[in-house]
Amino acid sequence: MTKTAPPVAPPAPVTAAVPGRRFDAVPLVLVPLLALVALPLVGSTNSWITLTVAGLAMGMMIFVIASGLTLIFGLMDVLNFGHGAFIAVGAYVALSALGPLAGWIQTDALGWNLAALLVAALAAMAVTGVLGLAFERVIVRPVYGQHLKQILITMGGLIVAEQLIRVVWGADQKPMPLPAGLRGAVLFGDIAVEKFRLLAVVVGLSVLAAMLLVLNRTRLGLLIRAGVENGEMVEALGYRIRRLFVAVFVAGSALAGLGGTLWALYRETLTADIGAEVMVLVFIVIIIGGLGSVGGCFIGALLVALTANYTGYLAPKFALVSNIVLMVAVLMVRPNGLWPVAKR
Amino acid sequence: MAEPLLTLSGVHTHIGRYHILQGVDFAVPAGGVTVLLGRNGAGKTTTLRTIMGLWRASAGTLTFDGRPITALGTPDIARAGIAYVPETMGIFADLTVRENMLLAARSGPPDSGRLDWIFGFFPALKTFWQQPAGVLSGGQKQMLSIARAVVEPRRLILVDEPTKGIAPAIIENMIRAFRELKRSDTTILLVEQNVRFASALGDHAVVMDDGRIVHAGPMAALAADTALQGRLLGLSLEPHA
Repeated sequence: MTKTAPPVAPPAPVTAAVPGRRFDAVPLVLVPLLALVALPLVGSTNSWITLTVAGLAMGMMIFVIASGLTLIFGLMDVLNFGHGAFIAVGAYVALSALGPLAGWIQTDALGWNLAALLVAALAAMAVTGVLGLAFERVIVRPVYGQHLKQILITMGGLIVAEQLIRVVWGADQKPMPLPAGLRGAVLFGDIAVEKFRLLAVVVGLSVLAAMLLVLNRTRLGLLIRAGVENGEMVEALGYRIRRLFVAVFVAGSALAGLGGTLWALYRETLTADIGAEVMVLVFIVIIIGGLGSVGGCFIGALLVALTANYTGYLAPKFALVSNIVLMVAVLMVRPNGLWPVAKR
Repeated sequence: MAEPLLTLSGVHTHIGRYHILQGVDFAVPAGGVTVLLGRNGAGKTTTLRTIMGLWRASAGTLTFDGRPITALGTPDIARAGIAYVPETMGIFADLTVRENMLLAARSGPPDSGRLDWIFGFFPALKTFWQQPAGVLSGGQKQMLSIARAVVEPRRLILVDEPTKGIAPAIIENMIRAFRELKRSDTTILLVEQNVRFASALGDHAVVMDDGRIVHAGPMAALAADTALQGRLLGLSLEPHA
């Protein structure tokens, strides 16, 4: 096979208008718009800031959990209802990892607190990553392309995982200790912002930055983005997309483990169904964002969390349905989500 | 006729319960352009997809460069040196033109000389290099799809109806590009319904009907025999006035 370029022939004139690069900025405006609309409704500025920061923190945690799932769906076309199992297992592994590090989390030294959480999060991600590898091999692989079977078998996987958690860690509710240095709030004048929520925002933004870096600046990311659009063509270009599937499934599972750790610390308690509880929100987020879209998932997570917080404050009776209403509203205007991924 | 680069022997393909290819036998000689003709629904696209492994042959054998590829997966078939330009073009709309080309160049960043050669035929790709492929016009997308297939030298290029809905100016450039490829020892298997395009490029003609090969021979002979065209294709390859 020759590597030399064939001779260059003179070009024939092809006239065409330069297509404009249209960046869709509307979804970016929605989050500040929602916050601004809520401001006069909430009334008190201090309460509004507290609710907003709490909503952003909650949104970041949901984003960490949902980002992997949206890529798994976009790339592999797999409806993984078992994602909740990785959230729960991640949380329990983090709990177990924090046990021997009691000294690190009981001290007021923030450095030791963060080190303990880092160890716990890494342990959770490692275990859920390996679990994800096994889950893809044993449960998901036989049902590629069969949505109904995917729903049934991944639901079954979730139920089995929850029962195994009860066998290993017990069926009773566990306290999830928040490190001493992360308890309480930071005061900005009259405004109190919980320390852990600030940490959640930092972790969420770090995960978003890392994902965008990988997706937009690496060949692996290029392959993932192409695979989300048209996996068949990626294969026709000579890439083994099954390996990519496994890598994304493992990464998505590990992110769910990290998200589960954060969610458990946020709730400060832990039960086997912690994953299943949050999955409704996670599915709403990835549908609102546009299946397979990481940016859409981020915006969707913030919108869902802020809506839940504002509605919980203004009209608690409607808090449960607020996100369904949000999803319906978004889909009525944008049936494929806020930032849909182009599909073949 | 040159030694065959690709051979299909008794190939059957089922899609669901439909039996599309019903014992396809033909050979694509090394070098030159083989044109696969036939009425709509004859099985031309299925043949290309079966060669690429995108649909599995349920019986028969496919041999490429003396090596059986029937059981290979699509990525391995591509790595053996076969590129594919699907009828749908298969471009990645959310990726830029540059990213589409980077992805197609498996062995590393595209060779700059090769890129200049491609830009010579398809200058719009240079103009829109950093634009998302989704905003290109239909003709520009087709240019990109072909450019992606030739960004690195390949032994065989499968091209499915590249002129469908494309402006004449772009078709002229396609003809010149494929002629240059022929000179660079690249073999092309072309599914085409554009008579002028097929006649201008084709060295060999293979005609399909109802999932079988009903004729194989020199393109020039088919182009010259209106009676044969009428019998095989139900149409004439003679350009209309």
